[in-house]
Amino acid sequence: MGKEYETVIGLEVHVELATKTKIFCGCTTAFGGATNAHTCPVCTGMPGSLPVLNQQVVEYAMAVGLALDCEITRDFKFDRKNYFYPDNPQNYQISQLYFPICRNGKIEIEAEDGQKKQIGIHEIHMEEDAGKLVHDEREDCSIIDFNRSGVPLIEIVSEPDMRTSEEVIAYLDKLRLIIQYLGASDCKLQEGSMRADVNLSVRRAGEKEYGTRTEMKNLNSFKAIARAIEHEANRQMDLLASGEAVIQETRRWDDARGCSYAMRSKEDAKDYRYFPDPDLVPVHISDAWIAEVKARQPEFRTEKIMRYQEEFGLPYYDAEILTGSKKLADFFESAVTVSQKPKKVSNWLMGETMRLLREQNMEADEIRFSPKHLAELIHLTDAGVINSTVAKEVFEEMFRNDVDPKQYVEEKGLMTVNDESALRGVVSQVIKENPKSVEDYRGGKEKAIGFLVGQTMKAMKGKANPESVHQMLKEFLAQ
Amino acid sequence: MANMISDETIAYVGILAKLELSGEEKERAKKDMEEMLDYMDQLNELDTSDTEPMSHAFFMQNVFRKDVVTNGDGSKDTLANAPEKKDGGIKAPKTIG
Amino acid sequence: MSLTGFTALELGKKIKVREVSVKETAAAFLAAIRNRDQTTNSFITVDEEQVLKRAELVQTQIDNGSLCGPLAGVPMAVKDNICTKGIKTTCGSKMLDQFLPTYTAEAVRNLECAGAVLLGKTNMDEFAMGSTTEASYYGAARNPWNERHVTGGSSGGSCAAVAAEECPFSLGSDTGGSIRQPSSFCGVTGIKPTYGTVSRYGLIAYGSSLDQIGPIAKNVSDCAAVLEVISSWDQKDSTSIQRRDLDFTSALLDDVAGMKIGIPRDYFDDGLDAEVRAAVLEAADILKERGAQVEWFDLGLVKYAVPAYYVIACAEASSNLARFDGVKYGYRTGEYEGLHHMYKKSRSEGFGLEVKRRIMLGSFVLSSGYYDAYYLKALKTRTLLKQEFDKAFAIYDVILGPTAPSTAPALGSSLEDPMKMYLGDIYTVSVNLAGLPGISVPCGTDSKGLPIGMQLIGDCFQEKKIIRAAYAFEQSGTYRRSPLACGAIE
Repeated sequence: MGKEYETVIGLEVHVELATKTKIFCGCTTAFGGATNAHTCPVCTGMPGSLPVLNQQVVEYAMAVGLALDCEITRDFKFDRKNYFYPDNPQNYQISQLYFPICRNGKIEIEAEDGQKKQIGIHEIHMEEDAGKLVHDEREDCSIIDFNRSGVPLIEIVSEPDMRTSEEVIAYLDKLRLIIQYLGASDCKLQEGSMRADVNLSVRRAGEKEYGTRTEMKNLNSFKAIARAIEHEANRQMDLLASGEAVIQETRRWDDARGCSYAMRSKEDAKDYRYFPDPDLVPVHISDAWIAEVKARQPEFRTEKIMRYQEEFGLPYYDAEILTGSKKLADFFESAVTVSQKPKKVSNWLMGETMRLLREQNMEADEIRFSPKHLAELIHLTDAGVINSTVAKEVFEEMFRNDVDPKQYVEEKGLMTVNDESALRGVVSQVIKENPKSVEDYRGGKEKAIGFLVGQTMKAMKGKANPESVHQMLKEFLAQ
Repeated sequence: MANMISDETIAYVGILAKLELSGEEKERAKKDMEEMLDYMDQLNELDTSDTEPMSHAFFMQNVFRKDVVTNGDGSKDTLANAPEKKDGGIKAPKTIG
Repeated sequence: MSLTGFTALELGKKIKVREVSVKETAAAFLAAIRNRDQTTNSFITVDEEQVLKRAELVQTQIDNGSLCGPLAGVPMAVKDNICTKGIKTTCGSKMLDQFLPTYTAEAVRNLECAGAVLLGKTNMDEFAMGSTTEASYYGAARNPWNERHVTGGSSGGSCAAVAAEECPFSLGSDTGGSIRQPSSFCGVTGIKPTYGTVSRYGLIAYGSSLDQIGPIAKNVSDCAAVLEVISSWDQKDSTSIQRRDLDFTSALLDDVAGMKIGIPRDYFDDGLDAEVRAAVLEAADILKERGAQVEWFDLGLVKYAVPAYYVIACAEASSNLARFDGVKYGYRTGEYEGLHHMYKKSRSEGFGLEVKRRIMLGSFVLSSGYYDAYYLKALKTRTLLKQEFDKAFAIYDVILGPTAPSTAPALGSSLEDPMKMYLGDIYTVSVNLAGLPGISVPCGTDSKGLPIGMQLIGDCFQEKKIIRAAYAFEQSGTYRRSPLACGAIE
């Protein structure tokens, strides 16, 4: 059945901006305050209070728009979106309808088959976030916390250009990375600093007109988004196949149950009565202001990948992995600055770091150790203070607890022993104790020396340089 | 009278404005609204095809705040007038379900 | 003469030279309130103990030299839609019957910094929606000149309190004439400043793009002095304007020689009461005698101001008043089934008839399918009206006309016909739509002994011109009379 139909998807992505204060007042946007601690008359809609726009919000929105090839609206206003809900203290949300700050942008994504595809950005607008409602089971009521009320958001509305959940995930991934690179948001789906609503419709393959769409909310992970898309596409196709109509509605995804339900109420008229907010004055964006924001744009992923290959001689694959998160790229670059050893830094990150991240089910953004310590570890190894086996052991400790490698090596006495006479004693002892291997080696089985190296290293508690051990064993056995 | 306000319209506006009118109030509201809208329809005598709308008393632009935290813990004031509160939050009728 | 008969500036001087203490002054007005407020119903809240405590504090600050301005120690009253920290601010509504603001409005704060002593909060039409101060949850205010007549509104309490000498000056708010019209009805002087001159921070909004706080007092000098204090560039109000010409008292000059004054023919049509017409034209003649060039002109589009005003004000109000929902503050109904029922019941029980009427209308004109026809049309009409004023002010320094088409109507006579009440705003609303400054000064009384007000309108930022013209007119005669002197109230 799937082949007869085409799924058409557009996204509305809300991103919480990384400003220090809220969009219209001087309250902090920090997480984790006591209930209602981060509130004031403005963000709780107290009578007589008035909003004043945070300039940084405009700059972040512009930066994102420029990065997504948008046209910047030179003169815009804010509009009130009127609807009653207890998390919305004024019972209107200050948003932008008539003149959104950015329009007509695009993002290029790569499909599974490596084909590039452009996804259009219809608009980006700024708005304020709502407070949080916590359901109180015992008293069967809701408790309102306005700490998040007034936190700045941008809503990025795509064109209905996506056809599969893979494209949607690729789009979100790319979008997230661009915004993270800009430092405009940390874009964490789980924590709600990035939220995606999926607009989906289906139509018969080859048809030009779009079908009736639904809007899916409450999608808290990429996995949930993918599941919800499959589910909703199938639901709509089933409806159409059985001759029923799709109803234009907002649906809420229940990830635990793997299904969605309509959010309908006769008290929701969906008539938001938008009008220009008379409390806020229009904003004009000059050429100079755009130029300023442009000049501050960071190096994005594509440019970084190129530079890592040219400047550091890294292979494309490594450059791509290292730039896969802004945090990782930043980490890489600062470790390189300290150590001046790009390839070694890359090796540690690509190898051990990735292995441990996978093992502990962590994201690159969660790396705890400092670039300075990684540089230090590289230095210790290069100077022959520790051997590579010890280095791995130290690294694991560093990965877990960000220990200072130099201090740790000293405290634990892990320095390579360079005392030749001590090594001679151990080597001759090992030869004495393993006549069979000695015989094998002398009989032509060169691999047998490996066992002897191992035994020597063991006796040295790993603190010898394996190459020196190998060399010395060869000399002894040749005698 | 050009404008006829139906019961449905009054009910609809009631949903938008969150107002519940009694039967008598509804009749009164219908009459008042019809009268006012008729009166407001006078504006249609004006040609405004080339006129920009004026949403503000006069032209001003680019009024901003710096992104600096100026407010401390506001919870006490936020809760000061709440009809019902619990656990530092404002209590409202249940919203989900 | 009783202390309450003096103007604010006169009292300020007496306090400064230690002729009277701040406490004595406050006590005299508190006594006046006790005596006369049962007649005028000007005040909603008066906390005598707090007033006297504050008076003592201000006295210390005057004594130690930290307060020395012209209003230091002078009592005042503030309209009850302007927030005062810890003092009930009801907006004349059951909805906010117990509301205690957690902060003080910028305009009041400016006055407090200048040493003014708040006596109490004044009666008003609920949420400033009305032209009579009958639409108050706390009962109608009554005109000190004749208690069977209204005070006008919505700042009726503030104007009646000044007229009845229950306070030397007060603050009102003016969205479509709410300072000027009751000033006219009560025989006092009131200024609606240029939009953005006085911070709206702490003024509980009715029509945000129209609202301004302004002074009400016995004469032009007091108004200019108070306006000078309350005007400020406030970074908490995005629509607040940074002005350098706030020395309004420098315009108190008895000199209108060469001033060009225009009288709009459209303001003197059939709708205008004959006695009002005569008094206002007589006032114009006086200004002419004193050297002003006075001439008639056509303002144009006058009849469209009221419909445009009501579309815009109601639209903004429907949104501004959405926050009163029984959740965070204010009235919450006792019994309800679920959230939306709670909203509806709280709002329906908490708001009065006129407020509900305007919220319904405002919601309708913004609703899907009607936005362009009503709201957008009104915004465009606003542009055209502004252009008419621009043309007029290219020629004239000041526009002169009546403040209201009649004197104060009898209590109860406006309630049955809201349309008639709305039409009474015809001379005042366009000033708000265009953001202009306007002043109402007493210019006579009608045969019933009720005051008549003349309105002077200036171009944006030209308060000084209207203050000068009003002051010169005031100096010419003795139109300002007290209802106490006339025996209208004891």
